[in-house]
Amino acid sequence: MSVVIHRVDKSFKEFRALKQVDLRLDSGELFGVIGPDGAGKSTLFRIIASLLAPDSGRCEVNGFNVVRDYREVRRLIGYMPGRFSLYMDLSVEENLNFYARVFGTSVRANYELIREVYRHIEPFKKRLAKRLSGGMKQKLALSCALIHRPQVLVLDEPTTGVDAVSRGEFWELLESIRQEGITILVSTPYMDEAERCDRVALMQKGRVLDVADPSEIGKGDMLPIYALRSNREVYPFLKRIRKLEGCRSAWLFGDELHVTLKAPQHASAFRKEIAGWEDDSLKWVPISPSIEDRFMWLMTEAGEAGTAPGSMNENNSLSEDYKYT
Amino acid sequence: MIDSDTDVIRVRELVKKFGSFVANDRLSFRVHKGEIFGFLGANGAGKTTTIRILCGLSYPTSGEIEVAGHDVYTQRERIKRKIGYMSQKFSLYEDLTVSENIRLYAGIYGLDRRYILQREKQLLQQLGLQDIQNQFIRKIPLGWKQKLAFSVAVFHKPAIVFLDEPTGGVDPITRRQFWEMIHEVTREGITVFVTTHYMDEAEYCDRVSIMVDGRIEALEPPAVLKERYNCGDMNEVFIKLARKQ
Repeated sequence: MSVVIHRVDKSFKEFRALKQVDLRLDSGELFGVIGPDGAGKSTLFRIIASLLAPDSGRCEVNGFNVVRDYREVRRLIGYMPGRFSLYMDLSVEENLNFYARVFGTSVRANYELIREVYRHIEPFKKRLAKRLSGGMKQKLALSCALIHRPQVLVLDEPTTGVDAVSRGEFWELLESIRQEGITILVSTPYMDEAERCDRVALMQKGRVLDVADPSEIGKGDMLPIYALRSNREVYPFLKRIRKLEGCRSAWLFGDELHVTLKAPQHASAFRKEIAGWEDDSLKWVPISPSIEDRFMWLMTEAGEAGTAPGSMNENNSLSEDYKYT
Repeated sequence: MIDSDTDVIRVRELVKKFGSFVANDRLSFRVHKGEIFGFLGANGAGKTTTIRILCGLSYPTSGEIEVAGHDVYTQRERIKRKIGYMSQKFSLYEDLTVSENIRLYAGIYGLDRRYILQREKQLLQQLGLQDIQNQFIRKIPLGWKQKLAFSVAVFHKPAIVFLDEPTGGVDPITRRQFWEMIHEVTREGITVFVTTHYMDEAEYCDRVSIMVDGRIEALEPPAVLKERYNCGDMNEVFIKLARKQ
């Protein structure tokens, strides 16, 4: 086991950021945590990085307790927070040298490890960090987090606000780092990225809803899901579908609608009803749910959809919208 | 409802240079009334530069540009009255309450006080925020802030609303509810000009433009783009175009 989190609770005043969180990461695995803003991902990562102490429960990195043995933990961990901790008035090269020296090492000693990442920004090594583009800052921050050759790399939403091409490149870099035997813990709001992990945890409102292989997660007892397509205008189409008896949920999903029914026996009535709409372009097919479908399913099943952290009453009027009962 | 005969944005040969760097290289496009217009591009492709010009915040180097019937060189203040703007970062005041934010923005657009109070009540009810109208913005969840920020940006019924990455970081259900709000306002004739990094959201647009290195590489409805580039979804289209360079 590389990281062990056992029944961790953490509150900020009355707000419960983490509720009985249990996770175990194997050595060398690429582990993803997905969940919306306010799910507790950053709090969890800061505990693992020994920057916050849990209220109760236990967290260990390679056998070292993050509270008692924080000095060892900090040597083992490379941490990249959501807001990159770069010195904006130092150059690219100076930032990297600074991080290397803090950990008592040198850039030369670990150059091979960061080469894949660093070569993209090396041509600009004299440039001040504040003059870099977002994608370049991200790569510099990753180089800095790697420079002391950590055994566990903790990345808090490294790709938020990054375009699809750069996101793809970033994940290729992560895979090359994993080849070095480094355990990677990464959070993301993008569901497609979760599919590139060995295992993922879904988090919502301080809880871990499920942990599994990306192709399996959330499958549990999910009801059948259907994709509907029509050439007609999508939004009125969506509203019409939702009004049908037996419709549990209907959501926009790329160029389709994804629909679940309250129970399988509604399917034939549902089908008959839309057949009467005289829309030749309308197609209706059962599909196997994507990770995003499954996450949305778990959220609505947990009855906690949409709302993020805790200052809000859980029985608010918005959450009523999720189930069209 | 799209009115293809009426253009609310007309751009011809827009060029914007910063020193020798060409951020926008001869852009030409039109946006129809009531349309959802997706404005996509990689980081650094020049999207923000264009949006700032269209909103009357920055002058173009050259080109003919009209927004809501007004010229971006000489009628910027008129443009500002006719548009709404929302970005993920700077939209609501964190240390004002929900109600105060609504009134502040409505007041800036010169709406009548009695009208504001009445619409505010309606809006709070629609969003289900009555119980927290006196809470500070910093206390409410991101997903709610985004919905409120959007409602505030269209409160004065602008001709066009500019949305700069409005859905970053929220859960997939909140993201979809946000898009339903977008569809809802287009029914009132409001035109939506939106940027996003979520490629499924590109599919919800009537037309999509993809910007690469300061130029518009493609501008079509999503279905046409997918067919032309022989791609299964907009993510593939985007990667094909943005990686080409």
